[in-house]
Order: sequence, then structure tokens, then C-alpha cells
Amino acid sequence: MSVRPNTRPAGHKPLFWRDRAKRAIVFQLLLTAAVAVFLFYIIGNVQDNLSARGITTGFGFLNNTAGFGIVQSLIDYSSQDTYGRTFLVGLLNTLLVGGLGVIAATLIGFIVGIARLSPNWLLARLATAYIETFRNIPLLLQIFFWYFAVLRTLPSARDSLAFGEVIFLNVRGLYLPEPLFESGFGLIPATFIVAIIASIALLLWNKRRQEATGKRIPAVWISLVLIFGLPLLITVATGVPITWDIPELRGFNFRGGFTVIPEFLALWMALSIYTAAFIAEIVRSGIQAISHGQTEAAQALSLPRNLVLRLVVIPQALRVIIPPLTSQYLNLIKNSSLATAIGYPDLVSVFAGTTLNQTGQAIEVIAMTMAVYLTISLLVSMFMNWFNARVALVER
Amino acid sequence: MIHNQTMIDQRPAPSNTLGPVAWLRANLFSGPINTLLTLVGLYILYLLLVPTIQWAFINADWVGTTRADCSREGACWVFVNARFTQFIYGLYPRSEIWRANIVFGGFFTLIAWLAIPRLPFKRWVAVFALVGFPIAAYVLLHGGYFDLPRVPTHRWGGLMLTLLLASVGMIGALPIGIVLALGRRSNMPIVKSFCVIFIEFWRGVPLITVLFMASVMLPLFLPSGISVDRLVRALIGLTLFQSAYMAEVIRGGLQAIPRGQEEAAAALGMTYWKRMGLIVLPQALKMMIPGIVNTFISLFKDTTLVMIIGLFDLLGIVQAALSDSNWLGFSLEGYVFAAFVFWIFCFSMSRYSQYLERKLNTGHKR
Repeated sequence: MSVRPNTRPAGHKPLFWRDRAKRAIVFQLLLTAAVAVFLFYIIGNVQDNLSARGITTGFGFLNNTAGFGIVQSLIDYSSQDTYGRTFLVGLLNTLLVGGLGVIAATLIGFIVGIARLSPNWLLARLATAYIETFRNIPLLLQIFFWYFAVLRTLPSARDSLAFGEVIFLNVRGLYLPEPLFESGFGLIPATFIVAIIASIALLLWNKRRQEATGKRIPAVWISLVLIFGLPLLITVATGVPITWDIPELRGFNFRGGFTVIPEFLALWMALSIYTAAFIAEIVRSGIQAISHGQTEAAQALSLPRNLVLRLVVIPQALRVIIPPLTSQYLNLIKNSSLATAIGYPDLVSVFAGTTLNQTGQAIEVIAMTMAVYLTISLLVSMFMNWFNARVALVER
Repeated sequence: MIHNQTMIDQRPAPSNTLGPVAWLRANLFSGPINTLLTLVGLYILYLLLVPTIQWAFINADWVGTTRADCSREGACWVFVNARFTQFIYGLYPRSEIWRANIVFGGFFTLIAWLAIPRLPFKRWVAVFALVGFPIAAYVLLHGGYFDLPRVPTHRWGGLMLTLLLASVGMIGALPIGIVLALGRRSNMPIVKSFCVIFIEFWRGVPLITVLFMASVMLPLFLPSGISVDRLVRALIGLTLFQSAYMAEVIRGGLQAIPRGQEEAAAALGMTYWKRMGLIVLPQALKMMIPGIVNTFISLFKDTTLVMIIGLFDLLGIVQAALSDSNWLGFSLEGYVFAAFVFWIFCFSMSRYSQYLERKLNTGHKR
């Protein structure tokens, strides 16, 4: 006699609460109802509280005049502009420090990560010391260190640290020469773009030719020469249409040139150095995840060392490295919100700080701020899923 | 067939393959590039270490009570010395510090008990650490019971507050994280989507906006007239934030348990909660410990953010001490001290988690 647990005598239905499917439906309905009641309760409370405080809800406040200045802005901004524009200014400042931080952290992280695997004992130890030091100290403390203990204790403008009489560093920030573009300058970036397109075409052609005939030309070198040489040639040919506005000490401060505020410097340095420690570990574990047999097999094919790395190890390691790397980038952008502690005018500091305090529109302001970070997270995780699907091992 | 019958010339015996000279040659000076790297590394080390040691030890001032005792040629550890009690206990009344000390003692004893593999009764100690100890610690620290004078939470601070925030955030996040992780793996679509939305929301926003939300928006959510302590608000924010990260760690651990385990339990007629509570979670939690320790480290570092909403954790109290007009200009000393304390905690925890990973790995090697 065979027993089949799912067949029951005809006409007999299981009791309602023993039927898993029905139980699941009831449970989910109850959960939905509980969440809905909770939300209603909160929304009701919020409305009561807001009306008690005389705050009108809605996004109308975005059109009111802000009335406060912002130290650094990538777009034109004055205190006569609206709160909506403070949102944009903050967002752009966040993206600026996030973008530059990602670049610097990647550079430092890859160098330190590879150095940690170096056969040179001293270099590997130095890299390990770097990682273990900066990874285990809170980021906010590092930001404070760079800002209050380093940049705020720099000499005043009169005794600035000078680098070659064109770059000056003092307590008010970093003063760099600013390029001023004259007429005819547009040709140079145009050449640059043309050179990049030509190089991509050349690389593709070279790859296809190699696959078809086995012959190849040193396309990488040619394209490097194209990308950097051609714009340089045009620059010289057009008689260098750039003049540099060099900062100069006038009275108590520098005039001219391009100023980087110390808040930006501190935040950027701390973010890059901190995140680089994590990236270095990711790079190291990614490279170590590739079994040594791969390297040995490539060497057995008598590939030179640089090709072993470029064609065998790195492409496989990248598959391991990229997902955690993107989440570190995401962390960096989210951590840039610590700017508010030293007053760098990022989204949280300007919008969720000053604007929130002036308008009292807590719900709208925090929701908008969170929405920005959520959107960035979603975009990055969409990219990550796409990338994972693209590079996933095609297994038998 | 032998094509080439000439023998390869004999090579000279390797001059030195053992001993310090050979080690130096192999690891530091094995080629021109390596030699260059070593020299550059030594130079960097010289540039970094010599001034640091001179500042922190040789020229430093250790004893004294006021800033006049500092020569200002090196570090002025007098500052840290004078403020040490504050850095550890915040503004906790001096006469009541013994209560904080008992909590500190209990905390470290429990941690050590759980961390050292040889000690017995792990399960009961863990239950006490997660349930009994927090209650006892609250009664002791807050007072108001058993004739203990009340110490309001705004006087709590320093390292004590840092440890408290991190531990409470952790202990609160663990059960929520387990529920969220189970929910995310559930077959019920509504439960699953609620959990996914919850987890991804908290993981997608920076902690600082969560803390802002807890301090600015939470009072709006509650019926008027009810006010929540600032510390409790920060704890709610930290716990919710941490629970999302915890859920992802636990989900990873759950995925590592072979499906057969749950199916076998189901075949024995166990209900869902029995399958999870007796079969899957005990195995998964063991494998999750390194991940949990890692999220604890980041929570521990992230607690520094509470100073932005006006709580005085270790970094907050150091920062406040730096603006004392009697002690202006000692920011470097203050930050170095705080960094050192944080570093000790985080580094030892990360070493412990690496040790656990190695220990747990061997059991699961195929």
C-alpha cells in the first residue's frame, strides 16, 4: 500500500487553519491591515502635530526665497534664490565630492591593494599598516582630524605654504591657478573627443583583425599617442590659447585663481583615504580569489608577466571585485553626508540642515533628501545587476 | 630522440639561501625595481615614524594638571589625562561612577566569556547577555530603583555611551534582522515585498539622514504630548538602520545552509517555526558570526554620528573638550586619543572575526 500524504479521502477538506495556502492569505491580509493602520495612525499624528505648530504641508516652500548664502556652489547662487535652488546646489556639491572621492579612492585603493600582494616584504607591510589603520578609525573622526587638526591649523594667508609660487595652501583653503580660455580654445577639446573616438575604432579594428588573421599592431600605444599627442599638437599650433590666472596675495587674502575650500579638502581626503582602505582589501581578495593554477597555466603558455596579469588574472578578478566595489562607491556617496559635521555645503548640510531649520518642513525636506540617496542606490544596484548578468560565468 | 647532446653548464652553488642576508635579498632586494621600492618605503617610513615618535613620546608631556605643564614641543597628554574621566563616562556624576564601572565590568566579562571558546554554558550566558544584562544595566545606569539616584540620559556620555549605543543597536537589530531575513525568503509575496522594501530603504539612505529623521520626524509621528528621550530616539534610528544590514547578513547565512536540511526537517513533520528555530537558524547563526561581528564593527564606528544630533559619545565629548577655552589648541592630542581607543576596539574585533572565519571554515570544507 502506498501512502501519498497529499491525497485525502474525497469530500474531506482540511480545516481552514490547517490549510497552508489559506493561512498564508489570511496572514498577509492581517499584515497589510496592520501596516495600513500603523501608517494611518502616523499620518494622523503628523497632521495633528503640524497643524498644532502652524506648518502647512506641501512643496510650496521650495519657491520661497532662501535668504542665506552658500560657500561653494557649482551653479549661480545668491541668497536671493529659492529653497528649491538650495536643493540643487547641495545635490551638485554632494555629487562633486562623491565623484572626485570615487576617483581618488579607486586609485589609492588599487595601488594599496596590489602593493599588499607585492613580493616586497616592506611594501606589503606598509600597505597592510595603511589598511588596518584607516579601516578601524571612524570616518567622522578622520574628517575632524583633517579639518580641525590639519587644515584649520595651517598658517594664515600671509604665511601661506607655497608650491612653486603658483599654488598656495593656507587656513582659508587651497589656491590654484585657474585656466582662462581664449577664443580658439574650443578646438582642443574637440580634437580630444575625435582622438578618443578614433582610438576606440582603432582598438576594435585591431581586435577584429587579430581574431581574423592573428596579426596585431600596438594599438594601445598608438591610441595613447593619439589621445594625448593630438590635442597637444593643436594647442601648440594654435599658439596656446590658455592663460593662467595665478592667485596673488593682496592685503590679507588671495585674489584671482581658483579656490578650494578647506571643508571640501578635508571631506574629500577623509572619504578617499577611508574608502581606499576597504577598496584595497576588495582588490586583494579579488586577486587572491583567482586560483594560482590560472597564473601557472598562463605562464606555461609562456605569456609574459604583464600579459598574464592583463589577459588572465585581472579579467577574472574584476568579476569578483566589481560588485563589492560598487557597494563601496555607494557607501562613499552616502558617507559624504557627514559633510554636515564640518559645514561643507552638501545636500544634507544645506538642504536637510539650513533649509529644514528655516522652513520647519521636516517631512518634505527629509523625504526629498532620502529620495536622492535612494535613487542613487537604486541606479547603482541596477548597474550592478546588469554587470553581474553580463560577466557571470557561463557554466555548462 | 635527443637533438641536442651538449650539456648545460653547471651552475655555481647558490651562495646563501638561509639566514637574514638571504631573507633580505629575497624579500627586499630581489631586483632593481624591488630595491627601489624598498628604499622608497624606508624613506616614507622614516618621514612618518621619526616625527610621530618624537611628537608622541620623546617630546611629549605626561604629568601635570593644567596647560601650563605642557612645553608645547610635543604632544600634551596632560590634556587627555585631565579629561580622562569625562572621555570615558561623559558627564555621569562622579559619585555614581561605580555603577558605570559595574556595567563596564559585566559587559567585558560577558564578551570575554562568549568570545573564549573553552568556557562552558555558552547558551545561557548568551541568553543572559541578550536579555538579562541589558535590563540590569539599564536599572544600574539610569537609577530610580532600589534607592539609586536617577541619572538622566543627557549626562551619559563618552566611551560608555558609544558602547551602549552600539550594543543596544546590535541587540535590538538581531531579532528584527532575523524576522526580516526570514520574511525576505518567504513564499508569501506581500510579506516578501514588505521586507524587501524595508531592507532596501534603510540600506539606501545614509545613517545621518536616519538620525535626523529620528530626531526631527519621530516627535511628529507620535501623538502630541508624548516626548521621547533624545537617546531613545537615536537608539530607535540606529536599531532600524542596523536591522536592515543585519537582515542581509542573516540572509547570507541562511542561503549557505543546504536546502536538504529544511526539507529533511519538513519530512519529519516539523512546522515552519520549528524547522527554522531548531534546524536552520542554529546552523546558520553559527556561520553568520563573522558577518555579524563585521556589521557590529561598522555600527560601532557609525555611533560617532550621534554627536551630530547632540549626544556626547566618545568623539562628541572629545570634540566638546577641544572647545574648552582652558585647553584650546590640543585637537591633535584629543583626536589621536579617540582614534586610538576606536582603533583598539575595531582592530581586535576584526581580528576576532578573522579568527572565527578560519575556525568555522575548516568544519565546512568539502
